Amino acid sequence: MAFLTGHSGAGKSTLLKLLTRVEKPSRGDVWVGDQNLSELSRSEIPHYRRTLGVVYQNHRLLEDRTVYQNIALPLRIAGYNEEDIGRRVRAALDRVGLLASEQKFPQALSSGEQQRIGIARAIVHKPRVLIADEPTGNLDPRLSLDIMSLFEQFNRIGTTVLIATHDVALIKRMRHRVLILDKGHLRHVQ
Amino acid sequence: MSSSEIRSRGASDLSVTRWQRIKHWAVQHRLESVDAVKRQLQNRLSTLVTLLLLAVVLAVPTFMYSLLGNLKQLSPGTDFEPQLALYLSPELKADELDRFSRSLLLRDDLLSVELISSDVGASEFKSHSELGELINLLNENPLPAVVLAIPRDQDPETMKSLRESMAALPEVDVAELDVEWLERLEIILGSFSSISFVLALLLGMTVLLVIANTIRTMISSRQEEIEVSLLIGATGAWVRRPFLYAGLLYGFFGALMSLAMVYFSLALVEAPLAELTELYIGRFDLQGPDLSLIMALLLGGTILGWIGAFMAVSRQMGQLTQGSD
Repeated sequence: MAFLTGHSGAGKSTLLKLLTRVEKPSRGDVWVGDQNLSELSRSEIPHYRRTLGVVYQNHRLLEDRTVYQNIALPLRIAGYNEEDIGRRVRAALDRVGLLASEQKFPQALSSGEQQRIGIARAIVHKPRVLIADEPTGNLDPRLSLDIMSLFEQFNRIGTTVLIATHDVALIKRMRHRVLILDKGHLRHVQ
Repeated sequence: MSSSEIRSRGASDLSVTRWQRIKHWAVQHRLESVDAVKRQLQNRLSTLVTLLLLAVVLAVPTFMYSLLGNLKQLSPGTDFEPQLALYLSPELKADELDRFSRSLLLRDDLLSVELISSDVGASEFKSHSELGELINLLNENPLPAVVLAIPRDQDPETMKSLRESMAALPEVDVAELDVEWLERLEIILGSFSSISFVLALLLGMTVLLVIANTIRTMISSRQEEIEVSLLIGATGAWVRRPFLYAGLLYGFFGALMSLAMVYFSLALVEAPLAELTELYIGRFDLQGPDLSLIMALLLGGTILGWIGAFMAVSRQMGQLTQGSD
């Protein structure tokens, strides 16, 4: 588990885009595990992305679908059968403590709950790497801490977690590795 | 880990056989088509309007073609024998008519000759036409005696010169060959047929554009969903599929509705058309579009729907996936 931080414009978003293969590096290679992302062909990109889980600052839930359907989306895409989907979606909802909200629509939830649904969607297919882009950006400190301890739980069961944030206070409390980006250069701070 | 390992890992996670995969694929396709319908139904009014528009556009050429099929019934088959009708001069007396018709019997170029006197003609007219009562109002029978003759040589040119030589006879007022109106009918049907074809072509293009435009709107209203899906690992094909299904279903149901419209329109024109044709050829059964036309309509509509959706999807998707490459 590591934090990625730096001033606005330091390159946090760009690094996340490179990791999710939304963008291609103009120079050099990006390696995730033993995978060189520059070598991925167009048709391999979707399969690579399925090994990741991504949490967005604005959570990017689909407003016209229920919580259940939102979380089921990655599984549908990966081609799981309905029975499997039901089981895994409920397990994910249980992990983020929102089992009762299954049939609600995202608007009916608080922003903290919406973010937890976003996290459930990111982890429902058991990704090897979990990437979070400002996951606590819109949340108050107490809720932020809740979200962070959720990430720690996933990390404990073997998921690599990378969190981009500029919430310095939070980073200090968490005691994990911190990667600082400065004008496109990486400074590693323990 | 290489990309092929990623894939095989994904498959072994699911631990499925090839057969299960195919079955699953079919189930998923079915789910998605159901999903496409459900989503479309959420916006009932605009879906209905689009379907009606498609139905009207498809109904026009289908209606034309089924009308054309009906009119073709009017042209007689190969066993038809062309007749030469000689309207005789009204001054001729009964014995003169008799002599004239017998003189025709002697001719080699006529196969048969039948004399219909003006009295017989009048009574036939009365029994066949609603105007029959009119004859009673007149003091004299206005109908001339007619000789119906069948030419031996049915070559069109020979028959035409025969008609001319007959018209030149002093006893004959007017000579008419009934193949002439048939020829005219053939020409009319021919041009009607090519008009229908051009119309079908133009309206087919309209269907294509209507569906492409509908799917384009659908895609832009679901842009967020498409972007998110691509980010969490959806393939282009997965994203495209529901839209292709939607186009296909639009085409199919549009065609189905247009079929109902065609039957309805045919029912509307049935009575006046029957009245018209009764005057010329007697009983006439208006028939609906035949099976091949129905199949062509449904299949054509479905295929046009799919192509229209494909056009919209490949254009829009190209723009959406540009960032990911």
